[in-house]
Formats: sequence, structure tokens, C-alpha cells
Amino acid sequence: MSFINYSSREINCKIVYYGPGLCGKTTNLQYVYAKTNPEAKGKMISLATETERTLFFDFLPLSLGEIRGFKTRFHLYTVPGQVFYDASRKLILKGVDGVVFVGDSQLERMEANLESVENLRTNLAEQGYDLDRIPYVVQYNKRDLPSAVSVAELQQALNPRNVPSYPAIAPTGVGVFDTLKAVAKQVLTQLKKGG
Amino acid sequence: MNSGLVMFEEEFRLIAGICDRLTRDANAKVVFLVDKNGQLIASSGAAQNLDTTSLASLTAGNVAAMGGLAKLIGEKEFPNQFHEGERESLHMSIVAGRVVLVVIFDAKSSLGLVRLRVKKAGEELGRVFDGLAKKQATPGAQSPFAEITDDDIDNLFSE
Repeated sequence: MSFINYSSREINCKIVYYGPGLCGKTTNLQYVYAKTNPEAKGKMISLATETERTLFFDFLPLSLGEIRGFKTRFHLYTVPGQVFYDASRKLILKGVDGVVFVGDSQLERMEANLESVENLRTNLAEQGYDLDRIPYVVQYNKRDLPSAVSVAELQQALNPRNVPSYPAIAPTGVGVFDTLKAVAKQVLTQLKKGG
Repeated sequence: MNSGLVMFEEEFRLIAGICDRLTRDANAKVVFLVDKNGQLIASSGAAQNLDTTSLASLTAGNVAAMGGLAKLIGEKEFPNQFHEGERESLHMSIVAGRVVLVVIFDAKSSLGLVRLRVKKAGEELGRVFDGLAKKQATPGAQSPFAEITDDDIDNLFSE
């Protein structure tokens, strides 16, 4: 849920990166953090296990510039991808303005991708959101791995609605900012409509 | 699709005034007010050395997690939480169902005093947020973003 503050002339929006375990959600945020000017970003917080798996969420506040005198600020969150952290995932979706689904291109992760998209739909519905109406983009990550299936196949399986989608290699940044820009743009367009 | 929180100048001043007073009355180090979704609304006291954005996000995460726990045991939520540190402690309470009032205090204050002052401030804040909700629901209350153009949005993303 966006927060418009007339007093500080700020608009704050929440974007959540969703996807199966080890698909690269945290890596997306780490890349954004590494490549953003210090004045445009806050501290990145990772609530992770000792083995660096996301336990609750990662959080990264970003400033994108001004629109009509209002500073636009985006709060990026990731969810824990592992199946058994479902209760935490639900909490993080509260008040979301836009979702990025990070799919893992590897053939052996196809089932996990499908399960995660379904889980996203269910958990959004529990919060009163409809995946078919919320600002939403899909990223096909790990394009560089040998067992990556074709984008066309991923598209068919994970993106039947044909929302904007981007091939990515998150550790090197391929597709990372394209994905972020696309979702941020959709969120602002939604706000313009009075969402 | 959703009705985000909108904060107007007038209500912000009222809220900031309540937080300032609470900081003084409770002998607190810092008071801040956070939307349940993790957006910082106001802060008061010695907040300049704190990363308030992170504090706000973690507060919301904590309240959400405790709310989840509450539901598991059949409670609606835990409206008040207290975390005791070696030197500084933290008191959180849910106000008007949608914002969290956080007080950070040390040995100069006490839990009893903080709880007492938070109760009063919470009631005052509740009234301000009720008023805000009504204002937002008024027909004709328009998002400032209704007038932006696609070009405005595109310009934000042009390098």
C-alpha cells in the first residue's frame, strides 16, 4: 500500500520479489544495492540464516527521483523462498504495491517455479489482491546455466498472461534493472489511476 | 485496488506534536511512528543518529510476525510489546489498528511510565488517524498522482 506524505512531499511504495528457493531474489537486491549511488539508497537489511538463506526478508530502500515535486521512494523486499516459510511469505506481501516473480530457468527447478507462482497467487488472494490485476513482472533468472530451458517454454509455463518479462543473470546484473524499472513503472501508473 | 495511507500537512503537525510530547512526558530517547507496512510516518527525540528507515521496516516485520503468532494461539494480535535491552529498551504498541508507536528509552525512564504515557498518546493518535481515514474517504479526495502523465513516469527512468 503506497504511502503519500504531503508533509515531506514523498511517495513510498512497496515492491516484493517472490520466487522459489535459491532462484536469486536476494542476488537481485544485492546487485541493485551494489550499483546504486549512495545518496539514492538506504542500508540493505538481510534477515538470513547462518547459511545465508533468507529467513524472513531482505529489505532495500531506494529513491528514484522526483515526480511533480514528490520524491518517489521504493522499498524492495524479498520473501524467503523455501516452501516451509510460507507463514513469513504471507506477512511480507501485506501492503504490497508491485510484485516481481523471479523464476529459475533450470529445467530441474521448473516444478518449484510453478509451485511458487501458485503459492504467490494464493497468498496474494489471502491479502485481498488479485495476481491478474496487481502490478507484476516476471524475470527468468540464471540464463547462463547449462540446463536453462528456453525463454519461450518458461513464458508458456509461468507467464500465460504475458506480463512484461526479462531474461536475467542476476550476479552480473543482466536484466536486473530492467525488471526493477518495469515494475516501478507499473506501480506509478497504477497510482496515477488512483490505485 | 488498494487505499494507501495519505498524510496531510495538518495531521502531520498534530502527529509530530503528540510524538514530541510523548518523548518529553515519558523521558524517552526516541519515539517513532510507523505504518504497519513499514513506512516511517514521524519520529521525535534523538532520532538523527538512527537508521529510521531500517527501524521502520524491522518494526513492521516484527509486528507482523507477532501478529501471525497471536493468530496461531487464537488471539487477534498482541497490541503491546516490550523488549528489554542491557541499556536501552523498546516498547511497541499498535494504534488505531494500522500504525505502530515505538518508544526507545533507557534507565532515565521506566516501563511503567512509558506504558502510562503511551496509552494517552495512543488515544490521541487514534483520533487523528480516524480523522485522516474520514478525510481520505471523502468524495473528491484525489491522489496527487492523478494528474501525472506517462511522460512524467518515463522521465523518471530515462538515464
